[in-house]
Amino acid sequence: MALPDAEHTFAALADRMRGAVAFDARFVGIYSGGAWIAERLQRTIDGDHPVGFIDVSFYRDDFSRKGLKPEVKRTQLPFEVEGATIVLIDDVLYTGRSVRAAINELFDYGRPARVELAVLVDRGGRELPIEATYAGVRIAVARDLSIVLSRGADGRLALATEAGGA
Amino acid sequence: MRNPQLNAAGELTHLLTLEGLPAEIIVRVLDTALPFVSIAERDVKKVPLLRGRSVFNLFFENSTRTRTTFEIAAKRLSADVINLNIGVSSTSKGETLRDTVDNLVAMNADMFVVRHAQSGAPHLIAAHLNRTGRAHVHVVNAGDGRHAHPTQGLLDLFTIRHYKKDFRNLTVAIVGDVLHSRVARSLIHGLTTLGTPEVRVIGPKTLLPAAVQSLGVRVHHDMREGLAGCDVVVMLRLQSERMRGALLPSTGEYFKHYGLTSEKLALARHDAIVMHPGPMNRGVEIDSAVADGERSVILPQVTFGIAVRMAVLSILAGT
Amino acid sequence: MKIEINHGRVIDAKHGVDRVTPLYIAAGTVAAIGAAPAGWSADRAIEARGMVVCPGLIDLSARLREPGFEYKATLESEMEAAVAGGVTSLACPPDTDPPLDEPGLVEMLKHRARSLNQAHVFPVGALTVGLNGVELTEMGELAEAGCVAFSQAESPLTDTGVLLRAMQYAATFGHRVWLRPQEAHLAKGGVAHEGEVATRLGLPAIPSAAETIALATIFALVRTTGVHVHLCRISTAEGVAMVRAAKRDGLPVTCDVAVHHLHLCDVDIGWFDAQCRLIPPLRAVSDRAALRAGLADGTIDLVCSDHTPVDDDGKQVPFGEAEPGATGLELLLPLTLKWATEDRIPLPVALARITSQPAAILGIGSGHLGIGAPADVCIFDPDLYWRVEPAALRSQGKNTPFIGLEVRGKVRATLVDGQIVHEA
Repeated sequence: MALPDAEHTFAALADRMRGAVAFDARFVGIYSGGAWIAERLQRTIDGDHPVGFIDVSFYRDDFSRKGLKPEVKRTQLPFEVEGATIVLIDDVLYTGRSVRAAINELFDYGRPARVELAVLVDRGGRELPIEATYAGVRIAVARDLSIVLSRGADGRLALATEAGGA
Repeated sequence: MRNPQLNAAGELTHLLTLEGLPAEIIVRVLDTALPFVSIAERDVKKVPLLRGRSVFNLFFENSTRTRTTFEIAAKRLSADVINLNIGVSSTSKGETLRDTVDNLVAMNADMFVVRHAQSGAPHLIAAHLNRTGRAHVHVVNAGDGRHAHPTQGLLDLFTIRHYKKDFRNLTVAIVGDVLHSRVARSLIHGLTTLGTPEVRVIGPKTLLPAAVQSLGVRVHHDMREGLAGCDVVVMLRLQSERMRGALLPSTGEYFKHYGLTSEKLALARHDAIVMHPGPMNRGVEIDSAVADGERSVILPQVTFGIAVRMAVLSILAGT
Repeated sequence: MKIEINHGRVIDAKHGVDRVTPLYIAAGTVAAIGAAPAGWSADRAIEARGMVVCPGLIDLSARLREPGFEYKATLESEMEAAVAGGVTSLACPPDTDPPLDEPGLVEMLKHRARSLNQAHVFPVGALTVGLNGVELTEMGELAEAGCVAFSQAESPLTDTGVLLRAMQYAATFGHRVWLRPQEAHLAKGGVAHEGEVATRLGLPAIPSAAETIALATIFALVRTTGVHVHLCRISTAEGVAMVRAAKRDGLPVTCDVAVHHLHLCDVDIGWFDAQCRLIPPLRAVSDRAALRAGLADGTIDLVCSDHTPVDDDGKQVPFGEAEPGATGLELLLPLTLKWATEDRIPLPVALARITSQPAAILGIGSGHLGIGAPADVCIFDPDLYWRVEPAALRSQGKNTPFIGLEVRGKVRATLVDGQIVHEA
């Protein structure tokens, strides 16, 4: 199936956020795709948007079934979460479970004033009541495929499908 | 012979010893410990990873320190922790090690952290669990006789990596009672597996085991010679029983020849770090000036120890 | 009962017999080999085509666990195990509970054994009361009750003065002393051979010097007293060399090796396998090689099983807490054959190590198939493989590192004093 172009989709997401997002909102990217997007958004959108990164491995709900993934990265939030406006950023929003884990983790750092969600691709198929505040594109994808974001050596983003759902 | 610590897929299912563990697994533990160090620095030091799991501390040998760090590590993973100080009296009541384990598994234990005075006790427990089809129950060796203390070895490796980055350029000296030391054995296995080119053991002949070179170390009886050019100096604790066993005449003489003073430390590299598994005997194996000095990383070892144990429990629980 | 054994390969090392030929038994003794006696008619004919027919095996060390250790094994089960293993005579060490230091205990044991009508039991008496290493036992009385020699089993005798006097007293009555060469202080607390393996596994170790120092002491005492000493369970290469030199010097010493030590070494402990917890400890590969060479060249006179039944509770514990010992009566033959096959030892030589040689040490008239000898016979299939499983062993001791492995050589029939006591 034909996926939308990642760079165009990113531009669409940035457009939606520009002007809508709080001036001092902190951007928190979920590794790895969300992290790349968060960095790009910081450069693209005006304002004071410090960037942090979050690894949700310790908060996932499928640990018993799948174990710990081989590479766990360090969550880095170089700002105060307490009272802040946070925009959680991820590449693909699907079941909503990763976002649930990220929110739980965020709250262990402090009590934010508000949390919004920005995603590059919203593919539907939610299993939890979670919605993106900003989405680059909304598409339908077969359940047995996953959407993967990659970043080239030149920094260009690209979307692709892979076998294996979610 | 199949490594009893790995399951059929080559994943770590028990942590019994660092000997024979593939380097990738050791490195994975060290890498996984990194995020746990950060978590220790936040206000909420817990993550929900092991929620609903039961970790049983089975200590047949007393140790408040080690037991406490395992308890903290497990609780920071949101696990339920049950402490059992079994001591010698229970075995004299006739309950075998296997029966004790079987009873606890029936109480839904997910993980055993075992400390025992006999080398090989955790292996026995792991073999029993594997044989009776309970491979989902994991065993962590918290110290067995003189044989191994793998989590201590891992936290020592983590500490060394934190300060020195690359094992492949290092000279490491381990000083003291290697004969009786499970800490030394585990560290030696870990260092050699990760490619440390020179590992030295320093001590009097009575405190070094037979054929110790076969572990891949160089032997020194002269501490000054042995410390020359070292990047890492690991001091082992000297136990008072050694005086009674005709292994040493006195702590005074031991300190003179094998104790770490600032003057001897100056023989190592100028940026060498000093480590000690604890608890320290000040004035016996190490003097206070060095223990509290700027090259000492003894306190960070303790902090890293909790993160490393969290990493071990997490990786095992996910297998 | 008149029995003929046909078409078997009769091997009698003592008389140099090794050929396929019939064997005739009557009135409990060997009546003839080759040609039937005049007027012969057999009550029973045993077909032994493809089998070896040899003297019944003689095991110099088998623990029957009575009296005192009946929860580990009983005389009934162990005597059955003996004949199932082709063993027709065995010597049992004095470390029963109470130890065999009183004539009454020895008589009772012999009586019990005789009533079972299986293998002959030759008790070895305690050298000192309670094996305490302090006071001498009444060796005269014990010999009259049936003891064939005196030993300390595994209990240390640290006072050299007492050892000297014990040896002299035994010699007064013409008795032999059997000694385990182990220096008690060096061996104290040790559970494994001092070397690479013990260092890696963190096990308290017993140096080879514990054996060599004890041997030096024993040889010096033998020189002084002229007492004949049998050394039990040699385990080191240096020890074998010392025995070789002592024999060359004409000292009246003999020695044996335990059958498990011919095949295993410290590396086999693996991850603390308590089945490998043995006394003496399994030593290095080089020691094992020296034991095999020593057995081949006769420096080591014979092999014994050192049969020691240990129940599961005694082995399913950490290595250092495990009870030492392995079951062996039913493995003596196949493991001796294994050594012979691997090292290309002629079968008669190998069989001598478990028949005529032990008979000579015990000073008994069996261990051979000369005319008039007691008809203690073992008939075995040298080519049959069988798996060592708990169910396959008659002994209550299932403790051996060979569990689950296949061995070659199975006893098909055993005769004691001309009676068939085992058939398979």
